[in-house]
Amino acid sequence: MNSIFRPALVLFVALSVICGVFYPALITGIGQAAFASQAQGSLVSANGKIVGSSLIGQAFSSPQYFWGRPSATSPMPNNAAASSGSNQGSLNPALIDAVKARIDALKAADPENTAAIPVDLVTASASGLDPEISAAAAYYQANRIARARHLSLEQVKKLITTQEKPQYFGFLGETRVNVLALNLALDQGIGK
Amino acid sequence: MSAQSLLLLGILLSLLFALAYPLGLYLAKIGESTTTFGWISKLEHGLYRLAGIDPNSSMNWKTYAFALLVFNGIGTLAVYAVQRLQTSLPLNPQAFPNVSPDSAFNTAVSFVSNTNWQGYAGESTMSYFTQMLALTGQNFFSAATGMAVAYALIRGFASHSTKTIGNFWVDITRSTLYVLLPLSTVFAIFLMGQGVIQNFSSYQEVSLLDPVTYSQAKTTADGQPLKDEKGNPVMENVTVKTQTLALGPVASQEAIKLLGTNGGGFFNANSAHPFENPTPLSNFFEMLSILLIPTALCFAFGKMVGDMRQGWAILGAMTLIFVLLSSVVLVAEQQAHPALQALNVDQTSSALQAGGNMEGKESRFGASASALFAAITTTTSCGAVNSMHDSFMPLGGMVPLILMQFGEVVFGGVGSGLYGMLIFAILAVFIAGLMIGRTPEYLGKKIQAFEMKMTSIVILVTPVLVLSCTALALMSDAGTSSIANPNAHGFAEILYAFSSAANNNGSAFAGLNANTPFYNSLLAMAMWFGRFAMIIPILAIAGSLAEKKRLEVTAGTMPTHGVLFIALLISVVVLVGVLNYVPALALGPIVEHLQLFAR
Amino acid sequence: MHVSESHSSRQRMNLFDSRLLMPAIVSAFKKLHPRTQWRSPVMFVVYIGSILTSLLFIQSLLGKGEASPSFILATAIWLWFTVLFANFAESLAESRSKAQAASLRALKKTVIAKKLATPKHGAAWEEISAGELRKGDVVLVETGDVIPVDGEVIEGIATVDESAITGESAPVIRESGGDFSAVTGGTRVLSDWLVVRIVVNPGEAFIDRMIAMVEGAKRQKTPNEIALTILLIALTIVFLVVTVTLLPMSLFAVETAKLGEPVSVTVLIALLVCLIPTTIGGLLSTIGVAGMSRMMQANVIATSGRAVEAAGDVDVLLLDKTGTITLGNRQASDFMPAPNVSEAQLADAAQLASLADETPEGRSIVVLAKQRFNIREREMEGLHAVFVPFTAQTRMSGVNIGESTILGERAIRKGAADTMKAYVEALGHVFPPEVTRAVEDIARRGSTPLVVVDGDRVMGAVELKDIVKGGIKERFAELRRMGIKTVMITGDNRLTAAAIAAEAGVDDFLAEATPEEKLRLIRSYQAQGRLVAMTGDGTNDAPALAQADVAVAMNSGTQAAKEAGNMVDLDSNPTKLLEIVEIGKQMLMTRGSLTTFSIANDIAKYFAIIPAAFTTTYPQLNLLNVMHLSSPSSAIMSAVIFNALIIVALIPLALKGVKYRAVGAALLLQRNLLIYGLGGVIVPFVGIKLIDMILTGLSFV
Repeated sequence: MNSIFRPALVLFVALSVICGVFYPALITGIGQAAFASQAQGSLVSANGKIVGSSLIGQAFSSPQYFWGRPSATSPMPNNAAASSGSNQGSLNPALIDAVKARIDALKAADPENTAAIPVDLVTASASGLDPEISAAAAYYQANRIARARHLSLEQVKKLITTQEKPQYFGFLGETRVNVLALNLALDQGIGK
Repeated sequence: MSAQSLLLLGILLSLLFALAYPLGLYLAKIGESTTTFGWISKLEHGLYRLAGIDPNSSMNWKTYAFALLVFNGIGTLAVYAVQRLQTSLPLNPQAFPNVSPDSAFNTAVSFVSNTNWQGYAGESTMSYFTQMLALTGQNFFSAATGMAVAYALIRGFASHSTKTIGNFWVDITRSTLYVLLPLSTVFAIFLMGQGVIQNFSSYQEVSLLDPVTYSQAKTTADGQPLKDEKGNPVMENVTVKTQTLALGPVASQEAIKLLGTNGGGFFNANSAHPFENPTPLSNFFEMLSILLIPTALCFAFGKMVGDMRQGWAILGAMTLIFVLLSSVVLVAEQQAHPALQALNVDQTSSALQAGGNMEGKESRFGASASALFAAITTTTSCGAVNSMHDSFMPLGGMVPLILMQFGEVVFGGVGSGLYGMLIFAILAVFIAGLMIGRTPEYLGKKIQAFEMKMTSIVILVTPVLVLSCTALALMSDAGTSSIANPNAHGFAEILYAFSSAANNNGSAFAGLNANTPFYNSLLAMAMWFGRFAMIIPILAIAGSLAEKKRLEVTAGTMPTHGVLFIALLISVVVLVGVLNYVPALALGPIVEHLQLFAR
Repeated sequence: MHVSESHSSRQRMNLFDSRLLMPAIVSAFKKLHPRTQWRSPVMFVVYIGSILTSLLFIQSLLGKGEASPSFILATAIWLWFTVLFANFAESLAESRSKAQAASLRALKKTVIAKKLATPKHGAAWEEISAGELRKGDVVLVETGDVIPVDGEVIEGIATVDESAITGESAPVIRESGGDFSAVTGGTRVLSDWLVVRIVVNPGEAFIDRMIAMVEGAKRQKTPNEIALTILLIALTIVFLVVTVTLLPMSLFAVETAKLGEPVSVTVLIALLVCLIPTTIGGLLSTIGVAGMSRMMQANVIATSGRAVEAAGDVDVLLLDKTGTITLGNRQASDFMPAPNVSEAQLADAAQLASLADETPEGRSIVVLAKQRFNIREREMEGLHAVFVPFTAQTRMSGVNIGESTILGERAIRKGAADTMKAYVEALGHVFPPEVTRAVEDIARRGSTPLVVVDGDRVMGAVELKDIVKGGIKERFAELRRMGIKTVMITGDNRLTAAAIAAEAGVDDFLAEATPEEKLRLIRSYQAQGRLVAMTGDGTNDAPALAQADVAVAMNSGTQAAKEAGNMVDLDSNPTKLLEIVEIGKQMLMTRGSLTTFSIANDIAKYFAIIPAAFTTTYPQLNLLNVMHLSSPSSAIMSAVIFNALIIVALIPLALKGVKYRAVGAALLLQRNLLIYGLGGVIVPFVGIKLIDMILTGLSFV
């Protein structure tokens, strides 16, 4: 028996220390040295304040800001301490109701817009923290932003274009824009 | 299927094979205990001396199985203990309380069995200490255990009339030190470059540009929801100006979570969380790393039995099934939802948007990279998700379900995929071998009553666990009250949970509230038996095969490579693996699909 | 005892011989006993299902049924049929065997034996019933007597008619010592006498074992059968779980969809029976019994089913040269005269000696003499010649020619060299050393020398050459394609052996084989992981026979050889080994093919039953009714009926076996996979649809 239990116990403790202590410590060390910003959460500062992470979406609901993906986190949307999706099935009436409510909110903020709404603007993201929207979703909102910020539509569209992240090589990623980056640019650059 | 999806799948598989082939040859060397590397070798032998292990001694299958159970038993107790004591342990900046007994038990079994089913939400439950020591540690050990069993079974085929199948201590030590740790280190560094976090800071407060107003139920002083005269909860509007970012040592855990086909995320949203999987490129390599070791083990198998064609045949069958089924998800998720179509929502794929079913998906992945990830994470026993399977289209959600119900043999888990598929190969050889008029043999080893007995146990375990646990949950209030979605989809959530647990996958139709004593204990049982009730008969087969003579190949031997065998293997996997679930699937996703698209 | 009687044991019976049908039907009902059913776990589940549905029918008659009584009754009836059909198949196979056994048993008539007081010819004997003879007793058997029990000849030489056992009408010689000393109970001495020591106790005799084997009374499952049964049990358990858990799933579906009725127990039982592998489960033992029976028809008695199965696995065949590869009969190829004798003189004498000799060797000498020297056949009467036939005592044959003829009085004899040498020396002459040398030369070439003596003058030797059997080369090529290696065993020297081996196309040969060499050869093949089959007849073959995986002893061989082998070939035909291998393979192939067919059938059955079972709750599922079956109840009935009828349809296949073709494993697999795998997927779709159309057409449902 001892021929099994001793190796088991010793090996378990030793390997735990190697894999559970040394290894994370090593990675942390490398991270702090080589990728300090990324390792800390790709934080974004404006006016000396940390205003978010470029990787974590925020909930925007004012008409002068680009709105991001709907979030199903609780208690508030885009709760970065409790990531979650809606988990609503495609036949769930609650899903259709939620989509309808989001359409209504978009329509209320921009009544003149009759274009078909891009799907990612009315469906909740997987993490509830999606920092990006499709380029189509950004262009859909351009009119509203231009009106609220008294900008020309071209200015807003140009902003979107400069922020666009393309799809690489025809398969890697989707055409999209970072909502926080757009809104910061609006606030700082071409705003007011 | 869109050009983008085809391209994505094609490039992924090409790169996978290109990387897995050399890795497979390396894995064979590790398994044959011949290769050592400088200082790691010193560490390896230091560990043996410390633990009193003779690395040159070999175990019979019973000793091997016993050692495996003891090691994993210790692991279970340790993970349980760390969770229950995390308030008294260091690195708990958010001061999370001790985990409840049933959840801690479930999580312990879950991580030891390589399932990594998560009934809890990581960023609001587990301290950094628990995450890195208990959970990351088990991510390594459960993968190493799988590799050890695969090595033992391969040795059973490769050896001539011996009583032993290798040394368990050596197998896990070498798998960990020479394979999992180096690969994880490289991958973790890459992930950090992409933006995956790695720190021990407490959660970060950030100021919002646009304050968020939301309504929540008012509570009394003791935390009970306040209700009005009619019994409805009283709602109040709350406005917040800050956002709290959950942080932690993510990259180190993320790397092994994928390479070890573990799947237990640091965060609740798993690989959908931008801190776990920030870019399309990180996503691509996460998919690749999930498939890497299971694929490489097929090559290692071919190398170790001395006939690479055998490895290619196994891999060929896996690849065909995978390509076929992943295509179904890719097509299904690109479909337009009829009800959204009616609401004038634009779901078409264009240069400016991914389109398709975006509920529960991230913008950077879109429908195709999400669908492919779903197929990969369930074809292997990984269970990490970058999108919410619960919100998939019915057929899109059915494919992950089927891929798990195959018994996680199509690529499957690290080690477990190969040994599971070899069991199906034994079964295929048995049925087909009789058809050519000989006592069936695989790789020169006769497949006889003992092997069939053990094989039968292996193919019985998961369907019996999945179906009976599902039935049990359906018959009890504790089971049905956790359901999130109505009708057939609610049933599918329960079926998915037990399919995932018994097959050690770990992904979920996450609407189901599984963090209840009922599900925590029933799922833990399914995970434990789904893992070890398979491993023990498989080790028994390894032992029995090792004792047999290796027969010579003649023209009368059934070839176990080539197209015919691949077709046969696929048929057996489909007929024996999945046919059992047809009625259940008909009552779940199939009927959902027909309802959704009913004209 | 008449020879014709014994032939019935080897008579080929029609598949559905009317003499067998009725008893088989009766026995199918007798097999409904639970203990009998329990032996096949798959069919036991169907049996329980039949009982349950019958009870449900009674319940429905009392007005509390879960479905319409007529539907439950129809289901119950067809489930009972399923059980009965499987029973019937087994009974049919058994009754064929029993018929064979019965004819063997006819041999076991009471025989009166002459038990000798002392084991010596001429000692006093008393009459005793054969049944009272014990091992070690010694009996005298004289012309016309039936040999009472298996024994060993210890004195005497006689011709014996063994046709009762072997079906071969030519009598054989049995003598003490050597390889032809074993005699079998039930055979008859035609001439001379034998003193026989009994080697078995009552009930253990060869014929008793044959009867026991054939009757299948003690039939044990073969290793592959056991392995397959385990798999079938596992599949049955899985499907049991599938159907049982379907009830809560259905209840939940009804509850949430708020529509329709939960699936009924009758439907679940029907689904279960359709899904479990009843086709192979019902026919498994039939295949085994039929396999033994086919061996019996090939005149081979296997001591166990295990041996039959092992025959299919053989990959090395050790074949004796003589009788297997070459014709036992050799042909004259050369005349080698003694000194001072011309070749023509030798040919003339040899021809005269062979004129009346109707054996192939004799005829070939006459033919050769005519070819070489144009010596015409002469009329025996004109020469007043008297033919001296070969006898066991003289071991030579020849001719005596009358005084008054042109040839003068002559006595010409021919025979084996040592016999003729003794004959000449007995006449007081010297056997010429030149002839001895010629004899040795001939032997070295692998041929057989025959010495001809005219009066007291040694004329020379005739070379009888080995002739490789026609078609044997093709047979070996076939075996090679099957992956079976052939090895020729011969006492000849290497050169001769190599020449014959090349001519016959064997893969390898063992020359100058001794029993030890043979044993070593078998062991070395086995060490390489090969399964070896061989035939043998001599006592010195016994160790090799015992070592070989499949050992076929010739019935003409010694008792020791028969004990060591695991099969006995009643025809004593060494080529039979090839047939044995095929029968072994056929048995396994039949099992494998029906298993594949059975599993593949499930797909269609799902498509028939699943939409039907849940259509009230989820009408959308009717889209899965791809066969467009007319109603839920007709869909379920059609599947159940198909499931029962397919057993009957496959009985002939189970009895006859899947046809074996001598092709490589890959081709064979491809073929059988197409027929039984793909066929197994398609056939039930067609069958169920047809049954549904018939049921609807006759408005049964």
